[in-house]
Amino acid sequence: MSGTPHLEAPTTPVWPMYRTLVSVGLVCGLLIVSAYELTRPIIQRNKIAARQAAVLQVLPGAHASRTFRVDEAGAVTPVPPESEGEGLVFAGFDAQRRLVGLAIEAQGMGYQDVVRVLYGYSFEQQAVIGFRVLESRDTPGLGDRVETDPAFLRNFECLDVSLGADGKALAHPVEFVKQGQKVSPWQVDGITGATITSRAVALMIARSAATWIPRVAARRAEFRPEE
Amino acid sequence: MANDESLATTSPTDEFLKGLWRENPTFVQVLGMCPTLAVTNSATNAIAMGLATTFVLVASNLAVSSIRRFVPKQVRIVTFILLIATFVTVVDYAIQAISLGLHKALGAFIALIVVNCIILGRAEAFASKNGLLRSALDGLGMGVGFTLALLALGGVRELVGRGSLFGVPLLWDGYQGWVVMILPAGGFFTLAALLLFVQWRKRAAKEVTP
Repeated sequence: MSGTPHLEAPTTPVWPMYRTLVSVGLVCGLLIVSAYELTRPIIQRNKIAARQAAVLQVLPGAHASRTFRVDEAGAVTPVPPESEGEGLVFAGFDAQRRLVGLAIEAQGMGYQDVVRVLYGYSFEQQAVIGFRVLESRDTPGLGDRVETDPAFLRNFECLDVSLGADGKALAHPVEFVKQGQKVSPWQVDGITGATITSRAVALMIARSAATWIPRVAARRAEFRPEE
Repeated sequence: MANDESLATTSPTDEFLKGLWRENPTFVQVLGMCPTLAVTNSATNAIAMGLATTFVLVASNLAVSSIRRFVPKQVRIVTFILLIATFVTVVDYAIQAISLGLHKALGAFIALIVVNCIILGRAEAFASKNGLLRSALDGLGMGVGFTLALLALGGVRELVGRGSLFGVPLLWDGYQGWVVMILPAGGFFTLAALLLFVQWRKRAAKEVTP
């Protein structure tokens, strides 16, 4: 029985399989690396330009921006514009190179996913003077009204975040109120129909302002434009 | 064998044209439903996803067709997927370089082109059995057919949902968009309506030429 040739198992072509997979894998790897290397500088430029545009938008009157890192103790260090990570703030300067304010990123849970926003803080007015949603997946037509609703956006044209007498905390924490119930300059008027997202935005700015503004307010002189 | 026969009977032009209507990947083969429903909430997203898929289709069909004689059948699928994944990665980087906003809007669906059945389907059913020219034309035809189908969905959904097309307002001032059309449910409604229309046209054509 053992000598009968027709019972032999069909052979798997090991070498051709090996050869095909290795060579295709190598070519594919090369293609991916080339595409990555070719597009990396352009993607980096796009990211910086998008961030710069957002910073100038939330700081009305600003013409140029510079990135700084502020650590927990409040030490301010200028960093390259492509920097990533915690503790970044973006200073905006006007045509006369005077400081307009700082753009600060905040994030929090929206209706469906994390919402990331950027807001502008003016040292002079001690207020939030601009706001923009950077990333949101909330319901189109409902939750995304936080990006477009003119009445909601007016909240952030001059939202009071002045410091208390001791300079260690906000005089009045930012508060969320239902649509039409805003009476004080530190309150954020919500949007009916987008209550969860608008409340989330108000809360993330409240939390971020409570942490950041006491930390940076006293260090205004350290945010200088590039030489 | 079927394809060898079709080789003899179909012209290269027909290879391209079949994807547009007769064998349209969305409306006739009903393949690639995930991106079809997910990213057609605006005409711009629909076009971008269609073009990205077309590029991957043509490139993978060309690659599969050119190496078809050297690939043992046991590792055929894994080889095709490897090639498709590579082209998808290239497209992903390219879109990021062209527009970060567009990349954000299409989100995970660019990466998911890898598992779009249209692409593996054409690689396996067509490109692995046909020459370079026919495979490229087949990929291009299917890609253009897919793009047109996505555009039909995206156009209707954006127009009804937001009153605009490619971001340009087209309807009267104060038009209140039907939000449901931009939400996932609107994708199903529009797809169902368009499928109904295509079937109705096909039946009507059959009755005219029995």
